[in-house]
Amino acid sequence: MAFILSFAALIPLDSLGHYIHWGWVEISVANFIIIVLMIAAFIAAITAPFPGRRRRKENR
Amino acid sequence: MSTSEIERQWTTRLRHRVEGKLPPEKMLPDTQPNYVSSWIYVFGVATMSALFVVIATGCVLAIRGPQWWHGSAYGHFINSLHLWSVEIFFFAMVVHLWGKFAMAAWRGGRALTWMTGVITFLASVATAFTGYVSQSNFDSQWISTQAKDGINATGAGAYFNVLNLGQMLMWHIVLLPLAAVVLTALHIVLVRIKGVVPPFEENPVVENAEVSQ
Amino acid sequence: MTKKAFNPDVDAPEWKGGYHPYDIIKEGSIAIAVILVLTLVLAIVFGSPDEKAITIKTWSNAAPLDFANTALEELNGTSTTAAYGAPYNTASTGQQLGPLQLAKWVGVRIPINAANDFVISPLKSLPNQPTLDQQLATWSSATTATKNSWLTSYGKAKVKFSGGQVVANTTSAGPLPVIINDLTQMARSGALDQALVTGHGFYTTDYTKPLLFLSDSEYLAGLATNQHLTGDQWGMMNETGNYPGQSWLWLYTFWYQIPPFKTSANADVLVWGLMMLLSVVLLLVPFIPGLRSVPRKLKLYRLIWREHYQETE
Repeated sequence: MAFILSFAALIPLDSLGHYIHWGWVEISVANFIIIVLMIAAFIAAITAPFPGRRRRKENR
Repeated sequence: MSTSEIERQWTTRLRHRVEGKLPPEKMLPDTQPNYVSSWIYVFGVATMSALFVVIATGCVLAIRGPQWWHGSAYGHFINSLHLWSVEIFFFAMVVHLWGKFAMAAWRGGRALTWMTGVITFLASVATAFTGYVSQSNFDSQWISTQAKDGINATGAGAYFNVLNLGQMLMWHIVLLPLAAVVLTALHIVLVRIKGVVPPFEENPVVENAEVSQ
Repeated sequence: MTKKAFNPDVDAPEWKGGYHPYDIIKEGSIAIAVILVLTLVLAIVFGSPDEKAITIKTWSNAAPLDFANTALEELNGTSTTAAYGAPYNTASTGQQLGPLQLAKWVGVRIPINAANDFVISPLKSLPNQPTLDQQLATWSSATTATKNSWLTSYGKAKVKFSGGQVVANTTSAGPLPVIINDLTQMARSGALDQALVTGHGFYTTDYTKPLLFLSDSEYLAGLATNQHLTGDQWGMMNETGNYPGQSWLWLYTFWYQIPPFKTSANADVLVWGLMMLLSVVLLLVPFIPGLRSVPRKLKLYRLIWREHYQETE
C-alpha cells in the first residue's frame, strides 16, 4: 500500500556503494552480482533440461 | 497494361523478391527443427522483449518531458522501469551473444545475421550512453565531462558534443532508437529467412551441405 | 564443376531431420510478459538513482577556494579546458594515434576562450559595478607580460575565504583580487550559472560552458571519487550508490588500468582505436580463420544440442 501511494523503492540502493578490490581490479558488488548471474544463466541455459522431449520424438 | 509490363514493375519485382525470400510461413513459422530444444534459445526473444519494454517506458517518460522524473514519484518509478529494462536488455543480449558464439551461428550463410547482431550491440551501447548523459543529474554531469575526452580525441567530439544536452537527448530518443529498431528488425528477419543454424555434424556428409557462397 | 569443400566452421549441414510444433507468437507473448514482470519487480524493489546535479552556485558555496583557484587557472591558461586544444581551442595539439592527430585535424568547432568565457564576459554583464568595471578595464588594457606578472603574484599569494570574501594576501596582483572575488560572489548567487548558458539567447539546451568550467574543478572530481566513478576506480562501469552500472563497458575501462594506457598522454585515443579494432574483429568473426573455429573446438555446442546428438549417435 505504501508503495502504491509513494512509489518509493522497497530497498533503495542509494547509500554509498560497496566495492570488491582484488589487486588492481575494482568492481562494484552490484556489477559483480550481475556478471555472476549472467555466467550462471548461461551455464543453466545450456545444461538445464528443456521440456517437450517426448513430443519431439513423436514428430520425427 | 500487359502481364509482362506488370511483371517488370518495381513494385511487382520487389513483391516477388520478398515472397521468395520470406513467405508468410517463414515469417511466422508453426514448426521448428527438433534440434531447437535448449533454454539458450530464449535469450534472443528475451532481448527483443526487453527492448520493447525499454522503448515503451521511454515513451512514457517522453509524455511528460525530460525533467518530469526528478520531481514526480510516479515519474521516478517509470525511470526505474526504464533503467532495469535496460539492464535486463544487456544481460539477455550478452548471454544470447555467448550462446550464438558457442553455436558458431554464422555458419551456413548466416554471417549477415551475426554481423547485424554485433552492430546492434554496438548501437545499443551508444544508445545507453546518450541516455546516461540525458538524465540531467550528477551522473550525466560526470559521465559527459569524462566521456568528452575519449570522443574528442577521435575528432568526433567536434560534431558530437556530449555536453550538449539537447543534442544528446535527440540522439537518444530519435536517431539511435530508430537505428536499434531497424537493426533488430533486420536481424530477426534474417533469422526467419535463414532459419536457426543446425548443429555441427559430427560425421559430416559432404553432399547437400549449405555451402556459403 | 568442382564442389567447394565443406568447411565445418563456415558451412552448415542441411537439416533432414524432424520438426516439432512451435508457437512463435505465444513464445513472444510469454517472453514479453516475463520480462515485464521482472522489470516491475526490480523497479519496485530497488528503484533507480537520481543524484542531484551540481550547479556552479553549489560548487562555489561548498568550496569557494577551489572555485577561486579554478577561476585563476582559467585566466592563466593552466586549467584543463584552457589547455585542452581541439575542439575548444588551439592551446595544445591534443592526443595522437601514431601519426594521426585526429582532433587537431578536425579543428576548433566549439570555440571556448576560457579566460573570457568563464571569467571576463560574465563579470562584464553585471550592471552597475563601477569598481569592478574599472578593474576589468585595467585587466583588458594590460600587456600580456603585465597580466602574467599579476597571475604569478596571485598564484603565489596566500588566499583565504573570510567573512564571505575571497581575500588574497598580495598587493602585486593588480585587478585580480577584485576580479576573482567578484566572480566568486557572482557564482555563489547563482548568476554565473545563468550567464554561462544565456550566451546563446533565451532558450538553450547546450551546457558546454558550465560543464567545462565545473569539470576544471577539484570539487566535481571529489564527488565522483566518493562515488567510485573516476577512471582509475574502473568508474566507467559504475553507477552512483549501490546500483548496477554499465558492466558491458568492462573491456573499455580495463585498458585504462594497465600500461601503457595507464600513464599515456594519448590514452583516450589509443583505447578508442583499440576498441574500434576489437569491434571490427568481433563483427568479422565469421570470416576469421582460427577465431571462427573456437566454438567447434570448445565443444560447448555438445551440451546445447545434446538431445540431437543422443538421438543421432
